[in-house]
Amino acid sequence: MNRALLTGDEAVARGAWEAGCRFAAAYPGTPSTEILESLATYPDVYCEWSVNEKVALEAAIGASLAGARSLAVMKHVGLNVAADPLFSAAYIGVRGGLVIVTADDPGMHSSQNEQDNRFYGLMAKIPVLCPADSQEAKDFIKAAYIISEQFDIPVLLRLTTRIAHSASVVGLEDRTETAPPNYEKQLQKTVLLPAFARLRHRELVLRLDRLQAFTEKTPLNRIEWGNPELGIVCDGVAYQYAREVFPDASFLKLGMVYPFPAELVRQFAGRVRQLAVIEEVDPFIELQVRALGLTVTGKDTLPRTGELTPAIIRAAFGQQSSEHKAEIDLPNRPPALCPGCPHLGLFYALQRQNIIIGGDIGCYTLGALSPHNALDTCIDMGASITFAHGVDKVLANQDPRSRIAVIGDSTFFHSGITGLLNVVYNQSNVITIIADNRTTGMTGHQDHPGTGRTLMGKETVAIDLEQFCRACGINEVVRVDPYLIKETRNTIRRLLNIKKPAVIISQRSCALISARPGAPKKVDAETCSGCRSCLALGCPALSFEKEKAFIISTACIGCGMCAEICPKGAIL
Amino acid sequence: MNLLVCGVGGQGVLLFSDILAQLALTAGLDVKKSEVHGMAQRGGSVTSHIRWGKKIHSPLIEEGTADIIVAFELLEAVRYLHFLAPAGWLIYDPLTIAPLPVQLGLVEQIAPQKLVKRIQNRIQKSLSVRAFDTACTLGNPRVQNTVMLGAVSRLLEFPDDLYCQTIKQLVKPQFVEANILAFRRGQELNPISR
Ligand code: SF4
Ligand code: SF4
Repeated sequence: MNRALLTGDEAVARGAWEAGCRFAAAYPGTPSTEILESLATYPDVYCEWSVNEKVALEAAIGASLAGARSLAVMKHVGLNVAADPLFSAAYIGVRGGLVIVTADDPGMHSSQNEQDNRFYGLMAKIPVLCPADSQEAKDFIKAAYIISEQFDIPVLLRLTTRIAHSASVVGLEDRTETAPPNYEKQLQKTVLLPAFARLRHRELVLRLDRLQAFTEKTPLNRIEWGNPELGIVCDGVAYQYAREVFPDASFLKLGMVYPFPAELVRQFAGRVRQLAVIEEVDPFIELQVRALGLTVTGKDTLPRTGELTPAIIRAAFGQQSSEHKAEIDLPNRPPALCPGCPHLGLFYALQRQNIIIGGDIGCYTLGALSPHNALDTCIDMGASITFAHGVDKVLANQDPRSRIAVIGDSTFFHSGITGLLNVVYNQSNVITIIADNRTTGMTGHQDHPGTGRTLMGKETVAIDLEQFCRACGINEVVRVDPYLIKETRNTIRRLLNIKKPAVIISQRSCALISARPGAPKKVDAETCSGCRSCLALGCPALSFEKEKAFIISTACIGCGMCAEICPKGAIL
Repeated sequence: MNLLVCGVGGQGVLLFSDILAQLALTAGLDVKKSEVHGMAQRGGSVTSHIRWGKKIHSPLIEEGTADIIVAFELLEAVRYLHFLAPAGWLIYDPLTIAPLPVQLGLVEQIAPQKLVKRIQNRIQKSLSVRAFDTACTLGNPRVQNTVMLGAVSRLLEFPDDLYCQTIKQLVKPQFVEANILAFRRGQELNPISR
């Protein structure tokens, strides 16, 4: 068998392909993005970036009911967006297997929270599988399709960042073709009118009972006997850490954490002296172990937030903590917007104005930090506009500060549109600025409805944001180039005075995909007064040395923004 | 073998670790590799943990257990020193890239000599390799990572031709030659071999 080094994301893609998956839909989100990027390179699978996760899951339900094995992929918070169809999908069931991948982000490497999506299984009544490395990621997705079809139910495959973005060795197999899709109408199963849905709910509970019997027997859950002094129940990457820390202990490694294999756990607990649950973030397994009336060590010692590491487990179990302390007082190296990033100009234009600004999810969330300090919030996808709307409705007559929302183009398509419609319909004085950098920047440049290209590389209609916003009922729609800072600032000022909903499309390609607009700039040390005004732009290519501004020529892309704001004309 | 690579986004840390991990796989070993990079594409701190051997469980290296740390930048070298095992090697590029808060004058820069002192006070086996400068003299700052790979290769157990084979496998065809040249130059920069 061929062996390859695959990340968990790549292994999920490989597994879906080997399982004969024909349809896959996702919205990009770290750490899940690479699954569809990888799957799109295989033949025989239709892959798309849907405009959001709800759309992706509903489309996958459609493909499944049409008889094809299908896949919907999202990051953890994406499943909140898709939660509505998720709960119904459990009632309806499947025809072709339906697998939903959620990539959770403990430690919040790139997310606004660290929710534990294993709980979605419990609440939506669908099975949850948690792989512990890339080989399992591939094996489990194939198992998930079989379970999905055997029990007529969608299956949730839960990854975490450490599984999604770690690479380990995977054995490669061929694709097994599945029966070609064919659609059959099944009214009582697929139309969730109350009368039918009541039947389906009862049916779902019966399916869960059958799954309960399955989870007690499946090799997805396995016991590895070692010393019976300590018995550890664990799942996902926590298993790998625990194996490292307790090489001799006994393990009950759960691959299927819901339905919970209660009998198996009882048996295991009965044969070890001390029982411990080692899991990341929430006590999902622990709660179910405790519900069996067993005494167990878990979150009473392990942290409830952040990622686990072997060292954290060691410390929690009272093994000598290491004296390997990090050096203190080193300057941090926080993520920064890129040299020449168009958001820099926009944020500069927004600085020091008397406004409340709703922010959103994307690279531009960094505008909340110094030196820009240009955003007040970051809540979830699309909340910039709706936040500003709510603020406007209660402060309209009291607070002189204007209300602005800053949202990226991809985020606007994802869930800004409905917020904008709400602004128009309920008439608030919100200025929406679409930071249109022509791509999905933060996750690594995926296409979206504005770019004119699909995930599979086909040309398609490129939505014109200006026409679109006008069609939504916004009369004031203005396009600006954020590289022209004064003009951008003047436009913002003008629109703030008209006291009507308006949209500014701040349009310039992401600095990482556009060609360099000019030769690197230089600071004329004679003319530079050392006033530091240019540093307020926050361009990483701009620095300060020997009381003068200094431009790092290898980093500068020559956009000219800094030259525009230097009061002395020292940047050439 | 526990090998930790660190640097700044954009320096090629990820390709460096891809090459090493693939190499260990080709050599028939179990391999795990795990990366941490922040939300923006560039300018943030980036690390990659690579572990290989007969059977590897955790994809993360524990503090105090790295056999080798490869640092592409001086400040990052100091930041991850506590991962090094007492008998481990630190191979670092003395290059400094000021973090944004330093550039903005919000935080004071620590002088490079002081950083080197901290390294020398804390660990016994360190080697400074001017990989970035060497890459520049080769006319291509972007091969800093393969220069580093050459320097590190002298501490590892893999045969030379395996490196070249893996570079060919993972680097775009038009850059293979430049990278192999950089690799060779890197080997010359390391006077110590195992
Ligand atoms: S704004 Fe102009 S004068 Fe002021 S520090 Fe920057 S380059 Fe020098
Ligand atoms: S021209 Fe100025 S703002 Fe633009 S990338 Fe260069 S240093 Fe940064």
